[in-house]
Order: sequence, then C-alpha cells, then structure tokens
Amino acid sequence: MSPFFLGIALLLLLLTLAPLVRLVRGPTLFDRALGAALLGTHTLLLLIAIGFLYRRVEMFVDMALAYAMLGFIGTLALAKYLEGRREGAR
Amino acid sequence: MTALALLMVLGGVLFLVVSSVGILRLPDFYTRAHAVGATETLGAMLVLGGFALYQGAALTSLKLLLILAFLAVANPTATHVLARAALRSGVEIWSRRKGEGG
Repeated sequence: MSPFFLGIALLLLLLTLAPLVRLVRGPTLFDRALGAALLGTHTLLLLIAIGFLYRRVEMFVDMALAYAMLGFIGTLALAKYLEGRREGAR
Repeated sequence: MTALALLMVLGGVLFLVVSSVGILRLPDFYTRAHAVGATETLGAMLVLGGFALYQGAALTSLKLLLILAFLAVANPTATHVLARAALRSGVEIWSRRKGEGG
C-alpha cells in the first residue's frame, strides 16, 4: 500500500502551501500565528505519512507527538505575548 | 479493516483541503480562525484515526490515538486563544458594509 501513502504525503505537502501563503501575506500578526499553527498540524500529519512510507512509524510517531506539543505551546506563548497589544492588529 | 482505514484517511484529507481553502479565501481573521478551529481538527482526527486503524493493535497505534486525543483538545484551544487575543488587541471584524476585506 505504499503508492497510497506516497499520494497522501504528496497531497499533504501540497496542502502545506496554503498556510504558508497565509503566513507570508497575512495582514495581521494573528493571521500569521494562525498560519503557523495550521502549518504545524499539516507537518505533523505529513511526518506520520512519511513514517508509513519508510515503514518506520514507531520512530516517526514519537517525533510527531513531540512536534504537536511544541507547536501547541508555541502558539499559546505567542497568543499570550500578543494579547492586548495594539501593534498586533495592524 | 484496511479499506475502512484508507477511507477515513481520504475523508480526513478532504476536510484538510476544505480548511486550506478556507484559510486562503475567507475575508478576515475570525472567519479564518473558524475554518481552522473546526474543520482542521476534524480532518486531522480522521487522518490520525485512519492511520491508527491501518496500523492495527500495537503500541504505535496507541501513540497515534494519544496524538489524536491531544490534537482534539489542543487545536480548538489554540485557535480560541488566538481569536481571544485578536479581539482584545482590536482586530477589526469584517462586515459586508465596509466593502471587501483583506
């Protein structure tokens, strides 16, 4: 079933472009933060698909777990830092 | 079993496509946050559930389900925190009367 996972991985790679566009040209800082969070989720799924491709899921799933936690904490810290600041809205 | 797993992965990727289109095309920050918070969570959960089902009964699928549970809590929380911070920082809410938004 390797062609299926290759297709899924390529599709996820293509989908990673959308939050990247939002990250680059988002009008406010919050748009960029949202794009970064979405990018993290897509990368996590792509990581597990790559694990299925290389038949080493048991290693890649640990990396994905750490990646999910780090992305969540990063988004929380960014939101906490930006909250209530006027310059974030521009 | 395998067919069900692959079907779940395909459905989840469909939801991810919808969420990606949403973050590109919707007019302001709050609507984009809505697209990410609801659709992205469901899509990621479906994909992870399909992966776990494909893997079968093993420690790896337990870890995949752990990621699923964490994502089900963390993703809406992160979106909500971002939206609250944006509201308190005075990001303008899009309305049809103001004409085309970003």
